[in-house]
Amino acid sequence: MSDAISGSGSPDMSYTSQTFPQLLADRAQRYPDDDGLREKRYGIWQATSWSAYHRDVRRFAQGLAALGMQPGEAIGILGDNRPEWVIAELAAQSLGGMSLGLYPEGVVEEVAHVLTYGGVRFVIAEDQEQVDKLIELWDSERLEIVERIIYYDPRGLEQYDLPYLMEFTAVQKEGDAWEAEHPGWLDAQVAAGRSDDVAILCTTSGTTGKPKLAMLTHGNLLSMGRSLMSIDPVEPGDGYVSFLPLAWIGEQMIAFACALQVGFALSFPEDASTMRSDLREIGPRVMFSPPRIWESMLSQVQVRVGDAGWLKRRTFRWGYGIGERYAEITVRGDTPGIGLRLLHRVADWVALRPVRDQLGLTRLRRAYTGGAPLGPDVFGFFHAIGVNLKQIYGQTEICGIAVVHYDGDVKFNTVGVPIPGTEMRIADNGEILLRSAAVFVGYFRNEEATGEALEPDGWLKTGDAGYTDEDGHLVVIDRAKDVMTTPDGSRFSPAFVENKLKFSQYVEEAVVFGGGELPYLTALITIDIDTVGTWAERAHLAYTTYTDLAQKPEVYELITAHVARANTDLPEGARVRRFVLLHKQLDPDDEEITRTRKVRRGVINRRYAAIIDALYADVDDIEVTTTVTYQDGSTAQRHVTLRVQSMDGIAPPPLDRSAALAL
Amino acid sequence: MRARAYRHRLNGSSLERGRPQLMAKDVSLTFGGVKALDGVSITVHQGDIHAVIGPNGAGKTSLLNCVSGLYHPQRGRIVLRTTEDTEHDLTRVRPSRIATLGVARSFQNIELFKHMTVLENLLLGRHVHMRHRLISSLAWFGPARRQEISQRDLVEEVIDLLEIPALRKRPVGSLAYGLQKRVELGRALCMQPALLLLDEPMAGMNVEEKEDMARFILDVNALSGVTTVLIEHDMGVVMDISHRVSVLDFGLCIATGSADEVSQNPDVIKAYLGETHAA
Repeated sequence: MSDAISGSGSPDMSYTSQTFPQLLADRAQRYPDDDGLREKRYGIWQATSWSAYHRDVRRFAQGLAALGMQPGEAIGILGDNRPEWVIAELAAQSLGGMSLGLYPEGVVEEVAHVLTYGGVRFVIAEDQEQVDKLIELWDSERLEIVERIIYYDPRGLEQYDLPYLMEFTAVQKEGDAWEAEHPGWLDAQVAAGRSDDVAILCTTSGTTGKPKLAMLTHGNLLSMGRSLMSIDPVEPGDGYVSFLPLAWIGEQMIAFACALQVGFALSFPEDASTMRSDLREIGPRVMFSPPRIWESMLSQVQVRVGDAGWLKRRTFRWGYGIGERYAEITVRGDTPGIGLRLLHRVADWVALRPVRDQLGLTRLRRAYTGGAPLGPDVFGFFHAIGVNLKQIYGQTEICGIAVVHYDGDVKFNTVGVPIPGTEMRIADNGEILLRSAAVFVGYFRNEEATGEALEPDGWLKTGDAGYTDEDGHLVVIDRAKDVMTTPDGSRFSPAFVENKLKFSQYVEEAVVFGGGELPYLTALITIDIDTVGTWAERAHLAYTTYTDLAQKPEVYELITAHVARANTDLPEGARVRRFVLLHKQLDPDDEEITRTRKVRRGVINRRYAAIIDALYADVDDIEVTTTVTYQDGSTAQRHVTLRVQSMDGIAPPPLDRSAALAL
Repeated sequence: MRARAYRHRLNGSSLERGRPQLMAKDVSLTFGGVKALDGVSITVHQGDIHAVIGPNGAGKTSLLNCVSGLYHPQRGRIVLRTTEDTEHDLTRVRPSRIATLGVARSFQNIELFKHMTVLENLLLGRHVHMRHRLISSLAWFGPARRQEISQRDLVEEVIDLLEIPALRKRPVGSLAYGLQKRVELGRALCMQPALLLLDEPMAGMNVEEKEDMARFILDVNALSGVTTVLIEHDMGVVMDISHRVSVLDFGLCIATGSADEVSQNPDVIKAYLGETHAA
């Protein structure tokens, strides 16, 4: 294992031959009183020390043993990020088991599929909402394997009286009894753990179908954490706010693989609605978030700047201009001249630092984006305000991280270079291949898919098309099967065009069609209700619902201008010629996008076939029938007429960068 | 580990559930020639959600105002019991004194301090439990500081219960109407009341807000056991959540009983639907 990461030259390589529970025990012994976990409850950050954290894991692990959990078995965990989530995972691993995280917003069918597939007998659910989902499945006998549901937020569950339902603390009490009867048993279990035991089953994002479960070992995860930290060191005192789903590989990486090796504390926000202010209170040193988080931060700034007085706006624009010039030089690793440095000092003081402060990013040393491509302009924005944002490229199957930007070598249109210990190769068909100690051992109970993804000599077939540029940086085009060819023969990536469109703060999602038989490119666009709503308010435009707003001629005009601007940056053959503003947002509950907000092309093509036909037919509008499901479960049919907007003869508005950002 | 159950007792009464707690006996209140209440006798039991209903002008709010001391009835007695052995006569007692005895209320029109934050408004609910000394309060040291920290602790529990942590620092005036109503309920709860009087907690709300509010009222009642007297016009809500219902009409209490009993009562039907329809 350690050979693969020899490039890092790190002295602490021994960790990668351990397991998570062994590392936890080590932390608890060496730093018993330091904070391991922090949770904001009752308005106050309440800390749990490493020793108390360790104690909680042990009690729960023995409780699971008392309930009959066997080594090698997976437990399901369903809920938002809370200390109990982390404790449950480490408890299962202490017994030589695995954890299987589920996205808390998953609908019942998804939950049933994943739990059954993973052969889960014990499910840890957060609260009434999650328990209700499981009870619904239980009652309709779709959870044949599950034996126990364990919950940890009893609010609203006081009246539930079901034999298979159990409280987290009750399991821990059983654990105490077990410990009294079997002293020393758990220590032997933990010591028997090996780094090539499977630690987690991680759901793959599943843009192509039902999610698969990737088996990742302790060694996989720890070596990846070690490799990343060999270029971007993290220190024990660094703050980290855990708010992205722990079912996602990126969060697993930082919250377990990095946190346990380095020993920094995880902070859990009070509630999803207070996440922003909690983030600001903790002031994290490191963050790893998918593009949607960065995009929403940008639109937050855009809205706030728009609402500010002229003096503040002028000041910010001036400072932003300086920041942009400064960042252009520093991202290449060069040092700007003394004049610009002094100017930047001032700009940072009056304009940029306050913005970082509002976003809670002042103390941030490094930030990563991953999971999906981030538009170069969004990237540029964060560097201009002084946030060292870097791209990570990887997949669940390689623990999420394989290629990254190094400090001082950031290019906004690439994903960087392989991290130490990772080999990369471009296959003849343009597919990116990766090999490292972090490559997974296979899909759970799916030999066939494993065979397709893994070559016998250990190379992982990513399924992404890409190439390396003149600096050795990897450029990812798109999923290999999504790359399209226009009638004039040029290859293009719909995702690239979509990101151009999505760069407008008013566009939430864009799905581009074209290639093959289709004569030109068209797009299906959904508007961002917050920003377009604010815009409409300022333009004195009255509207009732999302559908109504999306079909306003003024909104079409607004979006048309943005599409025209995006078109100027695209080669002739890859310009969007016609588009439709969709009457609804794309929703993971409708399976149109995944839980990690990736578009499911197949579903879109099927569901909106009529609209796509209209985009290529000589019509000005298309009538669609939608089924609306109300909160009480009743449904209604509604007819909506959607306008098809043609881009022929529409000149792009004059371009200026900060106007493009609407700052 | 933690349990989300209450760390603080929010109930200010130590009576056993079902024991008579508030007794209004033959209460009469007149404004000049208008008889607002005419010999009303109602008994509210510990732990109940007791609804008071009736057509407009029937005297519902007057009755609540008599209990909380804003009006003084000309005749009759109102007695509050907070333990088996203590009885307080609420007639002719100042409202501030009644508040310290453990009666908390919300108003039909929201009576919050609009420019103060949610947290400050809720802390005000703790006012009756605070002791102030001028110097230590000014300097905010020693007892004053400890006191505020411990009061904040209880307030945070109420914030958690009502699911408003994101609003903690927001000025109340900037909140939606339904949320302001929730804050008002919170302020009343912060008093750790023996008896909670809610005057139309759901007036002017949409269905979703009403459902939320009903759930909070049920939660507070089920988990902390605070007796709640509630005036409400939405019959659906009243029938769903109340243990007992009293009906007032022109200052007279014409019926008291369970929701079902009351809705079958011919006098009640007559008061609501009028003479001819009832026939």
